[in-house]
Amino acid sequence: MSGSWNASARFPEFHPLTEALASEPPPPGVLLEASGLSRWDSRFVAAVARIQDLCRRRRVPVDDSALPEGVRRLLRLATAVPEASDVRRVGGAKPFLARLGAGTVRAWEESLNLFTFLGEVLIALGRLFQGKAQFRLPDLLLVIQQTGPGALGIVALINFLVGLILAFVGATTLSQFGATIFVADTVAIGTVREMGAIMTAVILCGRTGAAFAAQLGTMKVNEEIAALRTFGISPVEFLVLPRIIALVLTMPLLVVFADLISILGGLLVSSSVMDVSPTVYIDRTIQAIRLKSFLLGVFKGGIFGFLVAYTGCLRGIQCGSNAAAVGEATTRAVVAGITSIIVFDGVFAVLCNALKI
Amino acid sequence: MNPDTQIEIRNLTMAYGDYVVMRDIQAEVKPHSVFVIMGGSGCGKSTLLRHLIGMIRPAKGEILYEGQSFWSMDDDRRQQRLRRFGVLFQGGALWSSMTLLENVSLPLGEYTDLSAADIREVARLKLALVGLKGFEDFYPSEISGGMCKRAGLARAMALDPEILFFDEPSAGLDPISSRNLDDLILELRDSLGATIVVVTHELASIFAIADDSIFLDPETRTMQARGNPRELLHSDNPKVRTFLSRGNPSGIPASH
Repeated sequence: MSGSWNASARFPEFHPLTEALASEPPPPGVLLEASGLSRWDSRFVAAVARIQDLCRRRRVPVDDSALPEGVRRLLRLATAVPEASDVRRVGGAKPFLARLGAGTVRAWEESLNLFTFLGEVLIALGRLFQGKAQFRLPDLLLVIQQTGPGALGIVALINFLVGLILAFVGATTLSQFGATIFVADTVAIGTVREMGAIMTAVILCGRTGAAFAAQLGTMKVNEEIAALRTFGISPVEFLVLPRIIALVLTMPLLVVFADLISILGGLLVSSSVMDVSPTVYIDRTIQAIRLKSFLLGVFKGGIFGFLVAYTGCLRGIQCGSNAAAVGEATTRAVVAGITSIIVFDGVFAVLCNALKI
Repeated sequence: MNPDTQIEIRNLTMAYGDYVVMRDIQAEVKPHSVFVIMGGSGCGKSTLLRHLIGMIRPAKGEILYEGQSFWSMDDDRRQQRLRRFGVLFQGGALWSSMTLLENVSLPLGEYTDLSAADIREVARLKLALVGLKGFEDFYPSEISGGMCKRAGLARAMALDPEILFFDEPSAGLDPISSRNLDDLILELRDSLGATIVVVTHELASIFAIADDSIFLDPETRTMQARGNPRELLHSDNPKVRTFLSRGNPSGIPASH
C-alpha cells in the first residue's frame, strides 16, 4: 500500500487480495506493507481492519508489523473488546401473523388507554364540581387567553376565505338558474351548520392540540409530571382539566366569530362580483339561518373543543421520555384530533338527519 | 421490626414487564442518616429510587415505611405518606411555566393553611437556604443547570419532608458546585434531622456523605454489598472494591 490515504483520496480496489483469500487453498499468509504510505486517516484503518477480519475468518496469519505504529495501536484498540455477539438486533421482517397479532394487541391497549384516560378526566371533573380538584383558576384563564383571543387572527383569515370559496362555489351553480341571491343561503347554512365549526376545530387542533401535546410531552421528558405526582398533585386535575375546560368554553365563542367572518366573506363576493346588494344579502342570510342550525354549529364547536383538548392532552401525558417521542406525540395528537373531528361530524350529520334538525 | 428503621426494603424485585432489573434487594435505612444507592451506569439505581417514592409498584417484595407497607396502605394514607417525601429529580424537574417562587409555593398552597403572604415568606426562606435569594422571580429557563437543581431542592424541602430523595445530585455539576451540594445535603441531615436517600455513582460524593449504602451490580442483577462505603473499600467482594477505588482492585482509592 502506498500513497496518500485519506477520506478524499481515491480508494484502490482490493479484488486481487480478496479473491486470493477466497481461493482454495488459502494463501499461507498476508504481509501488510506500507512503506510508500504518506498520509492516512480512519478510512485506511477501516480498510486494514477489513483485511484482517477476512484473514481471521480464513485462518490466514497477517503480519502488520510494517504498518505505522499509530495504525497498529488503533487496530489493537478496535479488537481489544470482542464483538458482542448476543446484542445484535434481530433483523428481518417478522411473519405476517406475528405482526398482525402484535398490531392487534397494540390497538387493544391503545383503546384501553383511551378510555382509561377518559375515565380519569371524568373523575377529575367530578372532583372539580365537588370543589376538591387541585385546579387553579389562573391556569384556566391563561389557557383561555392563549387558545381564544390568541387564535382570533388565524380563525378570521381562514373562515373569511372559506366564506369566499363557499360563495363562489354557490355562484357557479346558482347563476345558471339566475338565482344568485340564494348564494346568501348557501354560505349561511354551509357555514353555520358545518364549515364554521369544522374549520375552527381543525385550526385549533393544529394550533392548540399540538401545543398541548408538546407542552405535556416536554413536561414528561423533564420529569415535571413525575414531580407533580411526588407532591400528590394529580396531573390530570392540575394540567389536563384547565386545558379541556378552556377549549370547551372558547371553541363555541370562536365558532360564532367564525360564522360572522365567513358570512362577511360571502357578502364581499356577492356584492362585488354578483351585484347582490349588501342589504338584500344580509336579509336573505337572516332568513336562511334557523336558530336550531346555529345552535347545532355552536354545540358541535364545544364537542370539537373537547376532542381537540382530549387528544392533545392524552398524547402528551402518554409521551415517552425522549425528544423523538415528543415529536411523535405531537404528530399523533394532530392526526387523532382531526380524524376524531371529522368522524364526530359524520355522526352528527347522521343524527341530525334522523332527528330532522 | 427494628424501631430504629425508617425505610425497610424487603426482598424487592424490580421489573419492567418480563424484564427483571434487580432482584432480592434488602436494606434498612436508619432515621437521620444519609443512605447511598450506588452502582455503575444503567444498573437500576434510579429505578430503585422510583420504587422508593411510590412511582413504580414492586414486581415482588415490599417497601415499608416505619413498619407499614407502602402498597398495602389505602390511597389516602399513601398520599399522606407521599407528602412527607421530598424528591430532587436529576435535572431539577422544575415546572417550567412557573417562576422559582411559584414552584416552591405550589406545594405549600396545596397542602398547608398558610396565607398567601406566609407562603411567599416560607418559599423565599427555602430559596435563600439553597443560596438563591434574589432569583425568586426568575423562570427555570433563565437560570443555570446547577441553580435549577438547587431550586429543585428548595421545592423538595417545601413541606419540611422527613425523607429527602436525590437522583444523581452531582450529575452535570462542576466539582465545586457538586461539593457545595454535598455540604448542603449533610447540613440538611444535621439541621432538619431529615433522612436522606441519594442515588449516585460519584465516588467523591459517596465518601463525603454516605453513612450507609448498598451496591447494585447490573451483571448479577442484584445487590452485592451493604454498609458504610469506607468499610466496603476493604470488602471481600472484588467488584465492590474495584468500583469504590475507581478500577483499582487493590482497594486504595485514587483520592481520599
